[in-house]
Amino acid sequence: MSIQQISLSVRKMEVSNKEMTFLERIYVWTILKGLWTTIQHLFRRKVTIKYPEEVREMSPIARLQHMLMRDDQGRERCTACGLCALSCPAEAITMKAAERKADEKHLYREEKYAEIYEINMLRCIFCGLCEEACPKEAIYLTTSKKIVKSGYEREEFIYGKDKLVMPLDMAIKNTQTNTVN
Amino acid sequence: MDSAFIIEKSVIIFVVFALTMLMAMYSTWAERKVAAFLQDRVGPNRAGWGGLLQPLADGAKLFTKEEFFPNTPNRFLFILGPAIAMSTALITSAVIPWGDKINVFGRDVLLQATDIDVSILYIFGVLSIGVYGIMIGAWASNNKYSLMSAVRASSQMISYEVAMGLAMISILMMSGSLSLKDITVMQANDGWNIFYQPLAFLIFLICSFAETNRTPFDLAECESELIGGYHTEYSSMKMGFYLFAEYANMFISSTILAIVFLGGYHFPGMAWVNENWGINIGALLGFITLFAKICFFIFFYMWVRWTIPRFRYDQLMHLGWKILIPLAVINIIITGIVMVLFN
Repeated sequence: MSIQQISLSVRKMEVSNKEMTFLERIYVWTILKGLWTTIQHLFRRKVTIKYPEEVREMSPIARLQHMLMRDDQGRERCTACGLCALSCPAEAITMKAAERKADEKHLYREEKYAEIYEINMLRCIFCGLCEEACPKEAIYLTTSKKIVKSGYEREEFIYGKDKLVMPLDMAIKNTQTNTVN
Repeated sequence: MDSAFIIEKSVIIFVVFALTMLMAMYSTWAERKVAAFLQDRVGPNRAGWGGLLQPLADGAKLFTKEEFFPNTPNRFLFILGPAIAMSTALITSAVIPWGDKINVFGRDVLLQATDIDVSILYIFGVLSIGVYGIMIGAWASNNKYSLMSAVRASSQMISYEVAMGLAMISILMMSGSLSLKDITVMQANDGWNIFYQPLAFLIFLICSFAETNRTPFDLAECESELIGGYHTEYSSMKMGFYLFAEYANMFISSTILAIVFLGGYHFPGMAWVNENWGINIGALLGFITLFAKICFFIFFYMWVRWTIPRFRYDQLMHLGWKILIPLAVINIIITGIVMVLFN
């Protein structure tokens, strides 16, 4: 087999320099054929997904929206150690730590907690490294299939604790199912 | 000349002007929509229903853009260029018959700004002035890409005007008149010209593509070679005028094609409608017919634009001088022979 016949891509085409026939040279017939091709596309189904109204279907194993977990007593697990922010390749996470007061023991699990915890969703690449880095199992990517809502302001994409922390009733429900089992 | 006449003509002129502007505006929207649909996309759909407010948004954007002047000694010519392009695109519509007579308050009103008996000559004349808009604007831009584009545009327009005129002559031999109104009436009586003169139609169609600088003959504004072509240095509404003039030209040349070859406002059964339903209904239906024909041609322009690639410059000249002009001459000879033999 000579080198000329090998085609690694299996799509190799021979260049043909054959003379155009008379029909091809007067253009009109070939242009009509081209017009027929394009007019068929006019009635074809459009591939566009009209994004904010329609959303592309996610992979069944996709994990997107972060959640800051609560433990079985409904207390926030995060201790604001900053390892997630450190591990984040997109530098999307910022936080500010605070000390737990005596009357806040039912809110936070350890003495230190995150007063401010923000993820910039425009920067986040959903790699899951924050989840891997977390020593307290406090941050997880969820399988909710919810993608970040579109918006006109940059501020809309900085998710604070109000959007990230697991809802309390969800924590209660989890505890109930766990104790039943 | 009574005042009713002046009012009547003013109304017609105003309506035709508004119609041309509106069509040019919505051609930009239609172009984007057709392009998108032919490429399996959706196209503009955010501004208004189906993107119908998109032309207004574009216009508002163009008006608020920075007014830029290149470092040119010819500031006056720089402004004159788009002005000429725009005005020549608009004044061609003066001689176009939009419909037959209508009867308003007991007056017979002709749906035409003016029925001069050299309509076709007038249109050809104005069309050839149109190239000055491009040439002057590009020259005053003081930019070599603009100048090259203008040289291409003018040589292309001049060479295709010859074939266009020759194709038109065979129609004139049949109608015996230069008035678009007479040509329409003749077609209403004897049948549409496209059936008698298919070759002239083809030549005229190809030439009007070249005259309006549309693909496959848009060498004057091929982005890959000449940046933006003759409007490279223009910004704001001056560029808007150039783009607008192109679409207005497209509308006008579609109209001429519809009138000269597809019978203008004539539709099968027009005589019967005029007799039984009155001439006002007949004129309305005629206007709608003409409009449908125009829209078909505008769609055809866009359809072709998104189908075939651009011609090379030598191919363009070869097609114009060595194919279309001889064909047009042969067509004239054949028309002459047939007319002598059968009349």
